[in-house]
Amino acid sequence: MASGFGHGQTKAGAETFRMTHIDEIGNYCLGLAFCFSLAQAGFVLAGRGRGGIARYAEGASLAAALAIALSFAILIFAFVRSDFSVVNVYEHSHTDKPLLYKISGAWGSHEGSMLLWCTILLVYGAAITVKGRHLPESLKLKALGVQGLLGAAFVGFTLFSSNPLGRLEDAPLQGQSLNPALQDPALAFHPPMLYLGYVGMSVVFSFAVAALIEGRLDRAWARWIRPWVLLAWSCLTVGITLGAFWAYYELGWGGWWAWDPVENASFMPWLAATALLHSAIVMEKRDSLKAWTVFLGLLAFTFSMMGAFLVRSGLLTSVHAFAVDPQRGILLAAILLITAGSGFALFALRAPTLAPGGLFAPVSREATLVLNNLLISAALCSVFLGTLYPILMQALFDKTMSVGAPYYLLVFGPIMIAALLIVPISGLMSWKRGDLKGVMQRLAVAFGVSVLAAAIGLLFHKGPTVLSSVEFFVGLLVGFWLIFGSFKLLAERIDFNWKAMPNWRRLVGLPLATWGMILAHIGLGVFVLGAVTETHQKLSVMQSVSPGDTLHLGRYDMTFTGLYTQPGANYDAQGGVFDIASNGRKVCEARPQRRFYPASNQVQSKVALCFTPLDDLYVVMAEPQLQPDGKASWQVRFFYNPWVRLIFFGPLLMALGGLLSLCDRRLRLGIAQRADKAVKG
Amino acid sequence: MMRDANRYGRIGAICLLIAWLSIGTALAAPVAEPDPAREARAHRLFTEVRCVQCQSESIADSDADIAGDMRREIRADIAAGKTDGQIRQELFDHYGDYVLFRPRLSLGNVALWLIPPLIVLIGAIFLVFSNKNRSKSKDYDLTDEEEKKLKALLKKRD
Repeated sequence: MASGFGHGQTKAGAETFRMTHIDEIGNYCLGLAFCFSLAQAGFVLAGRGRGGIARYAEGASLAAALAIALSFAILIFAFVRSDFSVVNVYEHSHTDKPLLYKISGAWGSHEGSMLLWCTILLVYGAAITVKGRHLPESLKLKALGVQGLLGAAFVGFTLFSSNPLGRLEDAPLQGQSLNPALQDPALAFHPPMLYLGYVGMSVVFSFAVAALIEGRLDRAWARWIRPWVLLAWSCLTVGITLGAFWAYYELGWGGWWAWDPVENASFMPWLAATALLHSAIVMEKRDSLKAWTVFLGLLAFTFSMMGAFLVRSGLLTSVHAFAVDPQRGILLAAILLITAGSGFALFALRAPTLAPGGLFAPVSREATLVLNNLLISAALCSVFLGTLYPILMQALFDKTMSVGAPYYLLVFGPIMIAALLIVPISGLMSWKRGDLKGVMQRLAVAFGVSVLAAAIGLLFHKGPTVLSSVEFFVGLLVGFWLIFGSFKLLAERIDFNWKAMPNWRRLVGLPLATWGMILAHIGLGVFVLGAVTETHQKLSVMQSVSPGDTLHLGRYDMTFTGLYTQPGANYDAQGGVFDIASNGRKVCEARPQRRFYPASNQVQSKVALCFTPLDDLYVVMAEPQLQPDGKASWQVRFFYNPWVRLIFFGPLLMALGGLLSLCDRRLRLGIAQRADKAVKG
Repeated sequence: MMRDANRYGRIGAICLLIAWLSIGTALAAPVAEPDPAREARAHRLFTEVRCVQCQSESIADSDADIAGDMRREIRADIAAGKTDGQIRQELFDHYGDYVLFRPRLSLGNVALWLIPPLIVLIGAIFLVFSNKNRSKSKDYDLTDEEEKKLKALLKKRD
């Protein structure tokens, strides 16, 4: 035990000896989870996916989840008590680390995060067993079989090539500590949320493959996968937002999204899941888009796996990537290719035999959702190309090239703007046969208000060029349009009337799924407003300053008043005190720091954020430099990031909308009742 | 600036009207001053240029020394009257494709630029045509068998 080091060595030694048995149990559990996953798939195969012996797959899925959860708990326990006989703990932990970062250190490395991935994968498998009691048995068993194969592949990879519970013969007295940049609350929760999203798509993948094997795809299927997609999508949204927030205030570059390949790797499954969420609605309501929905179901998890592969393959150099040797990358690539390859091959075989779905009129809600799917797919394709093109060019032609923000602004931007403009129209359009002119008339006020609001924004934006003014105006218009359009939808659903009191009963009686949709679309609008304002109105200045100097930025004056030092939990901080004033009135005191972590001998710069409700004043300080005249000076960057909080608040609203929708009783009870009918009828 | 927007927004409808009317001037005003426009051009170029020694950062975001040097060079080029195209070409000649975050439209990069818009175009054409063909075939109508079933059901109800 960590606390034993200072005391008698013999006592500590005995304790360590006893405790290390636990690590072996963790290792053993990992092996068990692998066997149970194999058994889960084996039972289904042996029972040909129907009843009989195949039913044992249910028990196997529960056992596998239990075993891997125990294994993961033991890894966390090893981190908590700083058991350096475990290689992974030795390489990524330190006795001085705060408890939260000891725990998050468990998934701070490639090996640990693989175990997290596997744990979530097998727990989702068990959730199919538990939550799927009312599904048709043969479909559920086949899905469990596929989930078992996925589990065996990933647990096998973890067990045999990336085991986080590997041991050292002589336990070192101290660990090498976690990268200081990762010691941050947002990043502690970023991987679990992200993986809940990524791996949640595996359930949809399994159900898609199972349905393709069965050769039966109907509206009920779309209804069954909807909760899983919603859950995974919401978690992925939160996960990506936490990652962006971390990049914003931890990396100290003033931005929040760099179109970095690793960021894109998490964005692609999100886009696929968003398209899937909407196409599943069409399939559920109108019994059409069947093949397309299944295709998206396969695609979402394929992109999730691709994200995992890209981050770990060593193909990318990125702040977020794990440095891993190429051999393990090849293994992961093999898993990705075999899984996705067989999924899509099955799709190619079976898709033509699926019964054609219902039709839809060119002007109808389903048509707008199809258009939205088309646009999201094209946007997804641009992100895919932008991410992989440089890698392929390097690999095939040995040419280096870069794809960055300007490319996405030109290609992804317009496609996405078109997709977002449709959203409010889609919400008001009726199913089957819509009335475009009528919808436009009902939305006219919302559109007018949006144009006006955007125009006011433009008025106060001193755009340097016509182009940037137009961009800013269009961006604001899209954001306001999403928000006001959603309010219009809400008003119509509750029969809102300016003359009468609002009808509260209708407000409460509105289905949670509708609330979820409205909230998610408002959240999207809030995000767009934040992103557009931040990118266009952002101001920054970089200057070398000594105490007493003042920086000017917009209407803010920032004076460097002095230095301070402050000891932290496992670091020593040195920082500057900056008084920020606006028009002579003091706004706040910023205290950016540079933290020295002796455990890893690394320095991490810590941003100071002063936020007024919406805007951020953001100060970063570089290391001191000696000037020719003998005085020390610091390179300081000072940003004014207007409306930046909306960028992180909007997606949280979206995720909340997803979760609200998930809680809709109609959806959940509907599953059971309809499924029962489907089986019996 | 945004806070001002909020404060003024409350004054009411008259202000909104004035705001609406003065967009034109807001758009036209900055063009009269050459300096902010020049700086905006420079900044747009900065976001297009990769800091070649950093990790996927543009020279607009990076505080590395080389990024500062490149920013200075680009500002000087703009002051010297070079067009954006000339500046991009010079950067390309010096550092190659790697330095441009906005890839050139060369033969090798055609797919990168054209596939996404093509997907929208082909998808839209496909949707229009598949829908036209389907509505021609009378899929909305019931088959003979279904027609019989329907009649039988209706009879039962009577």
